[in-house]
Amino acid sequence: MPELDPAAPVEPPLIPTTTLEPVDLVAAVEGPEPEAERAVRRGRLGIGGTAALFWLFLVVALALLAPVLPIDDPNTSIASIAKQGPGTEGHILGGDGLGRDVLSRVIWGSRATLLLAVSAVLLGLILGGALGLIAGYFRGRADTGLTGLFDVLLSFPQLILAVTLVTVFAGGGVSSTRRMIVLILALGVVSIPVLGRITRASTLSWCQREFVTASRAIGARNRSIIIGEVLPNVLPAMFSIALLGIAVVIVAEGGLSLLGVGIQLPTPSWGNMIAEGRSDLRDAPHIVMVPTVAIFLTVLALNYLGDIVRARFDVRESAL
Amino acid sequence: MRLLRNGRKHVAHAEAAIHPPTGRILLEVDDLATHFNTPRGTVKAVDGVSFTLDRGRTLGLVGESGCGKSVLSRSIMGLLPSRNVTRKGMISFDGNRLDQMGPAEMRSFWGTQLGMVFQDPMTSLNPVMRIGKQITESLDFHFDMDRSEAQETALALLKSVNIPEPARRLRQYPHELSGGMRQRVVIAVALACGPKLLFADEPTTALDVTVQAQILDLLRQQQRDREMAMVLVSHDLGVVAGHTDEIAVMYAGQIVEKAPTRSLFAKMRMPYTAALLQSIPRLENPSHTRLNVIAGRPPDLIDPPSGCRFAPRCPYAQDRCREEQPPLIESDDPGHVYRCWYPVGTEAGREALERNLAADVPQAQLAVAGDASVVTGDD
Amino acid sequence: MILRRLAHLVIVLFFVTLFVATLTAMLPGDPVDAIAGFASPEQKEALRQDLKLDDPVYVQYGRWVGNFVTGDLGNYYSVTGGRPVADRVKDALPVSLQLMLEAQILALVIAIPLGVFTAYRAGSRFDKGANATAFALLAIPNFAIALVLAYYVGVRFGWLPVSGYVKPSDDLVEHLRRMAMPAIALAVGQIAVYMRLLRSDMIATLQEDYILMAKSKGISPSHVLWRHALRPSSLTLLTVAGLNVGVLIGGAVIVEVIFSLPGIGTLLYEAIQARQYIALQSLVAIIAVGYVLINFLVDVLYAVLDPRIRHARA
Repeated sequence: MPELDPAAPVEPPLIPTTTLEPVDLVAAVEGPEPEAERAVRRGRLGIGGTAALFWLFLVVALALLAPVLPIDDPNTSIASIAKQGPGTEGHILGGDGLGRDVLSRVIWGSRATLLLAVSAVLLGLILGGALGLIAGYFRGRADTGLTGLFDVLLSFPQLILAVTLVTVFAGGGVSSTRRMIVLILALGVVSIPVLGRITRASTLSWCQREFVTASRAIGARNRSIIIGEVLPNVLPAMFSIALLGIAVVIVAEGGLSLLGVGIQLPTPSWGNMIAEGRSDLRDAPHIVMVPTVAIFLTVLALNYLGDIVRARFDVRESAL
Repeated sequence: MRLLRNGRKHVAHAEAAIHPPTGRILLEVDDLATHFNTPRGTVKAVDGVSFTLDRGRTLGLVGESGCGKSVLSRSIMGLLPSRNVTRKGMISFDGNRLDQMGPAEMRSFWGTQLGMVFQDPMTSLNPVMRIGKQITESLDFHFDMDRSEAQETALALLKSVNIPEPARRLRQYPHELSGGMRQRVVIAVALACGPKLLFADEPTTALDVTVQAQILDLLRQQQRDREMAMVLVSHDLGVVAGHTDEIAVMYAGQIVEKAPTRSLFAKMRMPYTAALLQSIPRLENPSHTRLNVIAGRPPDLIDPPSGCRFAPRCPYAQDRCREEQPPLIESDDPGHVYRCWYPVGTEAGREALERNLAADVPQAQLAVAGDASVVTGDD
Repeated sequence: MILRRLAHLVIVLFFVTLFVATLTAMLPGDPVDAIAGFASPEQKEALRQDLKLDDPVYVQYGRWVGNFVTGDLGNYYSVTGGRPVADRVKDALPVSLQLMLEAQILALVIAIPLGVFTAYRAGSRFDKGANATAFALLAIPNFAIALVLAYYVGVRFGWLPVSGYVKPSDDLVEHLRRMAMPAIALAVGQIAVYMRLLRSDMIATLQEDYILMAKSKGISPSHVLWRHALRPSSLTLLTVAGLNVGVLIGGAVIVEVIFSLPGIGTLLYEAIQARQYIALQSLVAIIAVGYVLINFLVDVLYAVLDPRIRHARA
């Protein structure tokens, strides 16, 4: 697989005005990408970016404020609204298979899902980032070893690895908390190689710059160089991948729930709402569709913002 | 119109001509302009070019990088991008108004009437397609030849461009051939369907010097055999010198001098042409002789200067040059036009140069530091 | 050069199998209890002897590898007795492979023309629309598409069956009818990726001189696009299509479960539900090893196909 190229950041091609060869002119007028992507490429927010940001703020705000919002208890069953669709009296998104208010569950569910996603990615960022920095800065055997570690971890299809870890360490009959912790650890471990690789590539590229050599020349200690000089420059790259990573973990949570090893019921999460609602798909599809739409919009917003951040800081395009 | 075996329609142009061919003139271009819309502004790559070309004759198109000569050939052929490009002016080829045709109509001209040879044989042949296929492709498309006939024609073509072991070459890929041979193949591909006019866009620039002469001779020979007209584009006056009937010098999107080849070298009028000739390094000069470059850079094509476009770099430039753009003036020699207020080799020109030298104008000094006789037009 | 890759492969396989082989040892508590908690103490003791769980780690590992490559994948343990895992795997593997292959083909068949046309008409409204759609589709999880399809196409309109599997050798039409929705669910995300990949490569290729040369020969635009431009642009696409198998595997597991297809994914799900750790171990091993091997093959293929890589190494 072609190795991530740690070359200098990519700049949009400047259009020369005077000595224009026909090929340059062609490139200048046709351009390699449509307008919308060019806006992203410049790193501006635009309409899409603002909408994405707005949605994310909304989701996070609702998640944080859930306990004080005027919504039903997510675990109370009201027989009369069981499997009733959206628009039911007093329950705007209807009720699920056990008569619990769907709106309330989807808001409370966002807490669990987001907690998992953010924690897992944070774990991956810290560990993966640290390892990536070390690998990129010190090179040599540390680099070979760490890259090898990343390779081995990446040799597993990510979902399979996560499922395996959760099943082994928090299989049946464990407490909610333990399942959650294991989930965070498992998904964190799965994200380490990806975040590690990106950080390493970014570190390699920044370490070639003069200011690092200059710091070394005046005798600064490695640790302070890494933390003081390299890390601040690598952070934007890591941040954009983190946004994309959160989206991936949200989706993964859905997958894990469908396989039976997601966030433990009765705590709602977007994933386990879908898993539970599957049996009622025929007569009450909204139980599945509401959390699905929530996931879709959130992932879309995260992807879009991740792209903008990446463009803003000129990070080379790379595959997750 | 014939319906080909493969369902494509082939329009034979002899019967579809709107106007009957007008005698000896094959190509007539009148006030052609090509503008590109870029985010920085409108680039006027070609800005009012007119000329005619007779059947079987060769026109050399010379100029620096970016003067618009390549864009000119592509404009005439119609090979420009479809969006953000405007082309104006009249182009008449063999009685047909090319400027009024869309891509679909032009396609029936490409290959069979008009051909093009590109600069870099490395990149103008498809790297993953066999040579034979690249030749027979157009034969099959235009003439609906069956395989054996197409193969034989391709073989004959390769022989005619002096490629050794042609049968073997047919099955090879471009990267298996040397640069010179590749260019011969490109010529064979372009000539496969017998076009009446060939645009050779810097055909030798990417080749070794030793091979350049061979390729140019080959082109000349093909021309004679096929009674084909040719437009030979180059930035190198030396290349054009021995292989053309007429030369047009371009600068900043316009023709600034045009003359039969001999007249141009004997009696050049435009200072730019003189400077071009002067900048060719000579073999007889001692080593470490400074290169006579033309000072300055070509003008901005988005917003060209109002007067003569060469004025900022011209050793002869006077105030009038900067204010008024000179039109193409006919000189006393037949077929020789130029665009200059103070041309080389005239009284007015000499005075202008002396005035500039006296005023310590840097371009003038630079020019004279070289071969003064060339600059002043004396032989 | 190939030797280096082989060495790399062996090392990776070693660590992967080591990890999987020690899974049961990582179970909290006594492995035997986890594997067959319902058994009587004598049965458990017999099982412990049978599995030789007291042997040193490297011996256990060696034995496990030996068993794995000879097809002994352990047993399912239930109250009614043990059954070899390999039996079920034999039937399940083809189903999963068919699903992934069909999904991949479907994705390519749709993505390639889309990629070609959006590249040809880069900047047009069609292009912008296609790109925006692709971006949106990338955000929809596999299972979401699967569920939406299952509900609307399967339940509401009843066009296609929502569950079950028929072997292609038995009845090709029914096979395709049952695989259609699962394959689509898997393919949608891939379509978006492949289309954009091909598009950007094509746009670069279309600016090459030889495309202009082909145009100048007077051949039709579709000829230029498909015969001249497509081949040089498709290398990255094919490589990514090969490497994407990993993504497909994860998605296939979920899709199989949703559509009740009797593949490896469903086996995995059942093993998880029933806490059949030995079976789980073997299934994960199959998936992981298969993934590694496929990646290796694609790597080698890439180096062979792309002359630039070959020349760079030479």
